Amino acid sequence: MLNIDTELCIACGLCEEACTYSAITVGEEGYAVVNEACTLCGSCVDVCEVEALSIDRPESELQSDFSQWSGVWIYAEYRNGRVAPVSFELLGIGRKLAQERQVPLSAVIFGNGLENASKELIAFGADKVFQVDDPALEAFTDDAYGNVLEDLVKEHKPEIILAGATAIGRSFIPRVATEVGAGLTADCTLLEINGEDGSLHQTRPAFGGNIMATIVCPRTRPQMATVRPNVMKANAYDADRQGEIVNIKPEASRLASRVKVIRSVQEEGDLVNICEADVVIAGGRGMDNEKGFSLIHDLAEITSGAVAASRAVVDAGMIGSAHQVGQTGKTVCPKLYMACGISGAIQHMVGMQSSDTIIAINRDADAPIFDVATYGVVGDVFEILPKVIDKMKAKRPAAASDGGNG
Amino acid sequence: MKIIVCAKQVPDAKDVRLDPKTNTLSRDGVQSIMNPFDRHALEEGVRLKEKYGGTVIVLSMGPPQAEEMLREAISCGADEAVLVSDRAFAGADTWATTYTLERAITKIGGCDLVICGKQAIDGDTAQVGPGLAQRMDIPYVAYVQKINEVDGDHIQAERMMDDGYDMVELSTPALFTVVKEINEPRVPSLKGKMRAKKVEIQVLSAQDIEADPNCIGLPGSPTEVVKVFSPQAKGDRTMISGTADEQVDKLVEILESHL
Repeated sequence: MLNIDTELCIACGLCEEACTYSAITVGEEGYAVVNEACTLCGSCVDVCEVEALSIDRPESELQSDFSQWSGVWIYAEYRNGRVAPVSFELLGIGRKLAQERQVPLSAVIFGNGLENASKELIAFGADKVFQVDDPALEAFTDDAYGNVLEDLVKEHKPEIILAGATAIGRSFIPRVATEVGAGLTADCTLLEINGEDGSLHQTRPAFGGNIMATIVCPRTRPQMATVRPNVMKANAYDADRQGEIVNIKPEASRLASRVKVIRSVQEEGDLVNICEADVVIAGGRGMDNEKGFSLIHDLAEITSGAVAASRAVVDAGMIGSAHQVGQTGKTVCPKLYMACGISGAIQHMVGMQSSDTIIAINRDADAPIFDVATYGVVGDVFEILPKVIDKMKAKRPAAASDGGNG
Repeated sequence: MKIIVCAKQVPDAKDVRLDPKTNTLSRDGVQSIMNPFDRHALEEGVRLKEKYGGTVIVLSMGPPQAEEMLREAISCGADEAVLVSDRAFAGADTWATTYTLERAITKIGGCDLVICGKQAIDGDTAQVGPGLAQRMDIPYVAYVQKINEVDGDHIQAERMMDDGYDMVELSTPALFTVVKEINEPRVPSLKGKMRAKKVEIQVLSAQDIEADPNCIGLPGSPTEVVKVFSPQAKGDRTMISGTADEQVDKLVEILESHL
């Protein structure tokens, strides 16, 4: 529980401000009082300047000797004949962690017809690939993928397992963590090895990105984390890299699934991948309506960029959710992100703030989007954008018909 | 069909904003709400009940204040509400939470179908649904965007994937987590509001669900938060001033240099 040292407390009220659950208040008593809404999240402990607050933590009793747990693993996602790009990004961060721990980096991959995919994983940094190549793994099922990963983890005991925070990763990884009794941290943006005890420090946004939390697993192994696409950087492809491919043949019972996939439907049309574009032109509530939003489409066409939108625009039905950037949408990291008429709710900013260059145009000089912008323009999008589009068109008359997809 | 809908009371994250001066969270007027994704879970449960018969029990783990949210769930069509509440549950991560929910579901006699929102907007982990199904040892489907058909104990549904969707089928008992595309939640009816006022909410303590003290709250949580801090603003921006035409010229120059 939360302990409050009433002698030390100076009733400054910082804890009250920091609490998102209204669980701590400074009242007439002259010190802070905690109520039943407390979730022991620790926000108040961190802001208290006189160290009057503390949380009783259970003793770090080891479930077993951690020395048995060694090596860094990444789950490489394979679907529709290709390795998901996030897998290479995981190999990038995995390589760093493995080097610091002085252990090998392994990838696990499930699917049907994986030979080339496994070689690709080695070229991107894996020392070893556990390849489970079986027709039963062609379609993703939580049961089969979960059983197979669980068995591998129990047998080989890796200390760290990373997976992409994709539909597949977020679906079956929690099941594996539950089964092996591991801590699992979702959507990490920073992963570091702690110099003192070699444990994994996992940092992630919480409360829609309003705060960042660093999480550890002091009493259990493996330490499991998911990472969103486009957050970590992949290493360069090296065709000469050597590595070992280990073929795993699970028992048939472990490949059975209680959920049957009848068919997979890939949606064409709206297949704009805002995550892979170099230039992203984004519009927000400030574009007013569909007609206003067409300026975003026009500018994207001229710059060969992808069209993105804030949640408000998607909720208003102006564009499909595949274009949504932010906490409940996608995370993008283009070379150039242009935010037009987006005020910059923190939920939007967590999805784009790591872009190389950010241009923001907004009427309100106090809009939070300017806090993350590289270049800011205070002005009216309906006055500025048409002029920008005209000038760009004049400069590059052929661009509009090139149909490039940058 | 006995349907359990899991719901969580959360701070309304869209109201929370960082105060740039003090670098602390400003929570002026932040309301506690039912997690938006759980609203869709509740709506789907109520729709299934209306179409195929059965009962909808809404289940929440949280502080006593969560009772308010459970009453709202009743007003939107749930038949019963159960609150699992105990100071011993505080500090639970998703591992301890799924343990607690599984104990509670066992205590109230199990069910045919559990429906959860895909994730809660305060933690955004999306781990409780799949973890709970694993503990109950039942099949699950995450990110369900449509339940096509229920035929006895047989269900056909669509799960959203990153590149489209999968059509899947399975038998109950089962668990679904749902995305917001699945339905449009209804507003409370007058009759529902009346019922919500009177309904008795069952409150279960750690002892009631026969929970192992080492598996709940902080002691039962493999993860531990060691630091909480505010995201840093970049602060090295260049503002482009001047007349609109001057701003346009500069913007075109910056854009060109990036193409």
